[in-house]
Amino acid sequence: MTDSIGTLRLKTGLAEMLKGGVIMDVTNAEQAKIAEDAGACAVMALERVPSDIRKDGGVARMTDPRIIEQIMETVSIPVMAKCRIGHFTEARVLEAMGVDYIDESEVLTPADEEFHVDKHAFTVPFVCGCRNLGEALRRIGEGAAMIRTKGEAGTGNVVEAVRHMRALMSGIKRLTILGPEELMTEAKNLGAPYELVRMVARDGKLPVPNFSAGGIATPADAALMRALGAEANFVGSGIFKSQNPAKVAKAIVRATTHWQDAKIVLEVSKDLGEPMKGLEIGSIPENERLQGRGW
Amino acid sequence: MSASVGVLALQGDYEAHAKALARCGASPLEIRRVAQLDGLAGLVIPGGESTTLLNLMRDEPWFEALRAFDARGGSVFGTCAGAILVSREVRHPAQDSLALLDATIERNAYGRQVDSFETELAVAGLAAPLGVAFIRAPRFVALGPGVEVLATHADAPVLVREGRVVAATFHPEITGADGLHAWWLRTLS
Repeated sequence: MTDSIGTLRLKTGLAEMLKGGVIMDVTNAEQAKIAEDAGACAVMALERVPSDIRKDGGVARMTDPRIIEQIMETVSIPVMAKCRIGHFTEARVLEAMGVDYIDESEVLTPADEEFHVDKHAFTVPFVCGCRNLGEALRRIGEGAAMIRTKGEAGTGNVVEAVRHMRALMSGIKRLTILGPEELMTEAKNLGAPYELVRMVARDGKLPVPNFSAGGIATPADAALMRALGAEANFVGSGIFKSQNPAKVAKAIVRATTHWQDAKIVLEVSKDLGEPMKGLEIGSIPENERLQGRGW
Repeated sequence: MSASVGVLALQGDYEAHAKALARCGASPLEIRRVAQLDGLAGLVIPGGESTTLLNLMRDEPWFEALRAFDARGGSVFGTCAGAILVSREVRHPAQDSLALLDATIERNAYGRQVDSFETELAVAGLAAPLGVAFIRAPRFVALGPGVEVLATHADAPVLVREGRVVAATFHPEITGADGLHAWWLRTLS
């Protein structure tokens, strides 16, 4: 048999290897090293963390490839990078650089308000955000090999990640109790591919790994998301916008692994210094919420 | 009764291994604390990130405990990151390891994720070829004289055994090819 590359199994396979771990946003090689030394299972190379993107305003684009390159040269763990929603040329550039995963992300300003990237067309795997089951299955239908909740990035407020994970998990549970004759209507109502709806109804889970993102700021947040069904956690501004990034990073890694052991979460939660300040969701005008980007 | 087996569940695809072992008739335990090693006959160290696993293994005396587990006759089966952790010497970059297997291994030796691949392997002792995945895989670059090669790919050893330590640079656990898990379970009884 000849060897095959870029198969769905290889794409979801790398996501399998990241399970139980923490993927950390980093903006330079030095932060990437801190993340790796704290036990991150991967890093997301970014020009600015989401809270700064939110503060600075303007158009947020793919990161300068030079910065991504420097991060790739510094760490031995997988390096991810973000492209704008629908910007398949940014995605091609990231693939050509050899990044290990592309996040087609609502944190960047969308390049296309109607269409997402055709992710089947790539060898590199993609992760996409979702707020509910329908959105998750649309992205998987387009070829995403990993799903994460959108949450509300850059807020340090876990409430939206919780909302999205709960919506996703209850959507999945609901499918498992429907009769076969109900699934087509459910697919229509969800706006999701019928075959994927049938698959989820049969298996009681998504056909790709299901991670959490968008507002995790403390070890307890990380353990909470695991308890709600997240198989791994993305942490953005929560680490490098805290007073003691190395310590917070290490603590969130422990809480993600030992989420069922409250004593360990307790131990690692002590003396972490000031967490990132955080934003009340109600204080963000509807049209400035990142989660509304994409469909 | 079948032997008691566990999967190291600190990080990585421990769930995929547990499912594969369950399909072969075992009832694997997820192992997150050193004390859980008591009474196990075999332990899988799964794929994942070896740096993350090493980092988490520093919170408890895992190194001492796993060497003692090996010394008392426990079998360790490492895949990908697990193969890195059991090897005597790790390169690219150099890092600590359990040194249960007389081998030198190089991390990410095939390139990045876009270079990951699926293939079929002929494995010594298995009747059917095994469909497996190499994902950001490491490569054995030197093996001690006591290490037996059970499978090769492109002339490189990819599945090896020394005594009760078995190491694969690929993932048999995500393709649904359970032949190797069934074989490993048989070696325990």
